[in-house]
Amino acid sequence: MSGDSKAGFIGDEKLSADRRIDRWIRRVFFGCAALTIVTTVAIFLVLFDNAANYFFGARITELLAGATLDRQVSFTEFFTGTRWAPSHAYPSHGVLQIVWGTTVITVGAAFISIPVGTATALYLAEYADPSTRNRLKPILELLAGIPTIVYGFFAVSFVTPVFVDGIATYIVRPIGRAVHWIGTALPSTVGVAGSEVAIGATLIGAGEAMMAQYVGRYSMLAGIIVVGIMTIPMVSSISEDAMQAVPDDLRDGAYALGATKMDVSLGIVIPAAASGILASYVLAVSRAIGETMAVTLAAGFNANITFNPFEEIMTMTAYMVSMARGEAAVGTVEYQSLFAVGLVLFLLTLLMNVVNDLLKRRFQEAYR
Amino acid sequence: MSVDVINRVLDRSESRSHEDARNRIFRWLLFGASVLGLVVLTLLIADVLWSAYHGLVTFDIDVRQFLTATSSSRPGRAGFAANILASVLLIAMTAVLAFFLAVGCAIYLTEYAADGRLTRLIEANLANLAGVPSIVYGLLVLALIVNDAGLGSVILAGAIALALLIVPIIIVASIEAIRAVPDGVRDGAYAMGSTRWQTIRHVVLPQAMPGIMTGTILALARAIGETAPLIMVGTLFHATRYPVTTDPASWLYAPFADFSAMPTQIYTWTFLAQREFDALAALGIVVLLSVLVLLYAVAGVIRRRYETDGGQSHD
Repeated sequence: MSGDSKAGFIGDEKLSADRRIDRWIRRVFFGCAALTIVTTVAIFLVLFDNAANYFFGARITELLAGATLDRQVSFTEFFTGTRWAPSHAYPSHGVLQIVWGTTVITVGAAFISIPVGTATALYLAEYADPSTRNRLKPILELLAGIPTIVYGFFAVSFVTPVFVDGIATYIVRPIGRAVHWIGTALPSTVGVAGSEVAIGATLIGAGEAMMAQYVGRYSMLAGIIVVGIMTIPMVSSISEDAMQAVPDDLRDGAYALGATKMDVSLGIVIPAAASGILASYVLAVSRAIGETMAVTLAAGFNANITFNPFEEIMTMTAYMVSMARGEAAVGTVEYQSLFAVGLVLFLLTLLMNVVNDLLKRRFQEAYR
Repeated sequence: MSVDVINRVLDRSESRSHEDARNRIFRWLLFGASVLGLVVLTLLIADVLWSAYHGLVTFDIDVRQFLTATSSSRPGRAGFAANILASVLLIAMTAVLAFFLAVGCAIYLTEYAADGRLTRLIEANLANLAGVPSIVYGLLVLALIVNDAGLGSVILAGAIALALLIVPIIIVASIEAIRAVPDGVRDGAYAMGSTRWQTIRHVVLPQAMPGIMTGTILALARAIGETAPLIMVGTLFHATRYPVTTDPASWLYAPFADFSAMPTQIYTWTFLAQREFDALAALGIVVLLSVLVLLYAVAGVIRRRYETDGGQSHD
């Protein structure tokens, strides 16, 4: 910005001393900036190094020094196995089971945060008058500023026992009873011999399955709800910025043709801000993947590939918390597994961040 | 896109009242979505306060003891004082570590760096660092500092993890504050023969400092509630002893003390499935949120006081 104003007075003793100080200070500040790069490199190296220990039984440095490969955990087992229990007496290292936990919570949370966040952003950007806006925005900022551990407590003390249990008790189980009753009223099978359809039996089975839904201390649905709520502010604030950046000319043009506010919102503002809005979705997904405390206390510690929202489930981050809490000793496979899982987590969020960056750049180019 | 809109408008021009109804419903849907945040916030705070009150009444928790005793595996004896003290020490160390590093980086990027490939790399890297999950920073410190360097699970290790986490946040805020200082002020200093450092020190930084401080305090507010990195670094299950004693000599060893901060203790209490511990967790959250409100208030005061002087308004 002011790089062109290098002073040109040479010869003055005092000035050259000042210049020397200036050069040193520049080096110190450059060192600070370089440290941020060092941090990224260190994350990469540490995760790969310790993950190598998990897979090959030796760190990268040791391998370079000529240590023998001792395959502890094979990639095949890691990426295709379906049971994750590294500290079990008969250990098993199928990471898919906890990747599933993270995936199902992230996708489920997106079904809450994306519609609610986008609608909030649209209301704030297009509909709300300034006084409503000034009241609603700080609330969203507060929601974003509340520590994740507090959301975790909220999950354990309210979302699960009141909300999720309420759904199981007052919606799912009664529907199950009704389905079961209908099933008993109908003939067990319908149709011509050879191609019968087991209507009654199927309904009875489905009804019994729904009647068996009870909620324990942890559940997938609680995790989805809590993470969904936590990521609403991310979607709404970044989407709103993108919508505000859409030039008024576009709106005015549509209004002049008699378009209603809804036409303008859906037909002009959202398409024009699309890449900015998408960037906010990617960021929310990235946060949901890395979310730890709330999801641990909401969804639980039982690795489980399931679609049942009332069952306990374990995410990658929840595994890391439980393992760190168990004080896994350095050098054990459990300790090393932390880094293998951490590496998967880091690479997933890195991918999201890169996509987010590309989208943001595209949006900035559109309205410079 | 606009032709599409024109067509739709023309198609509907005959059914205006129908159109009005659709618009009203749409508007109420959007309003409902944006009020959801308020509903959740109210529920969350009511839940915490009710749990805390319930605990005080049902389990006869003594607030004085809660604020002055150390934690315990027996809920009747548990207090929060050691955790509050550990959090204060932790945040103080985090602030020192993060502030100078972040401001130095921000000054380099705004005042010194030429717009080259390296600068762009540093800036892109910052955006990436801000998106790294906090638990990964904990993992980094666990491997490098706690185990490889042999420091152990101490307050300093926790502070390093938190500092790495908030450095990108402070840098972004500082860059914004420094860029808001008008170029004319800088040019004036250069015209008087100042070197770049003299200009930064006597002209740019004093004007940018309120913005930098606000950003730093908000980042520290984020750090004080962080749980996952501390759990990875390794905290005590129950903080049954203070990280420092009344003996001034012990303060020298504070960075190397075992600890559990406020959020990690709240995690332990929430994790333990005992109603009494839930009440303790709720009380702990009340303390944690009070500290946060205080920090936000300080940041708000600084922002408002200097808003008019800096000639820039924050919406």
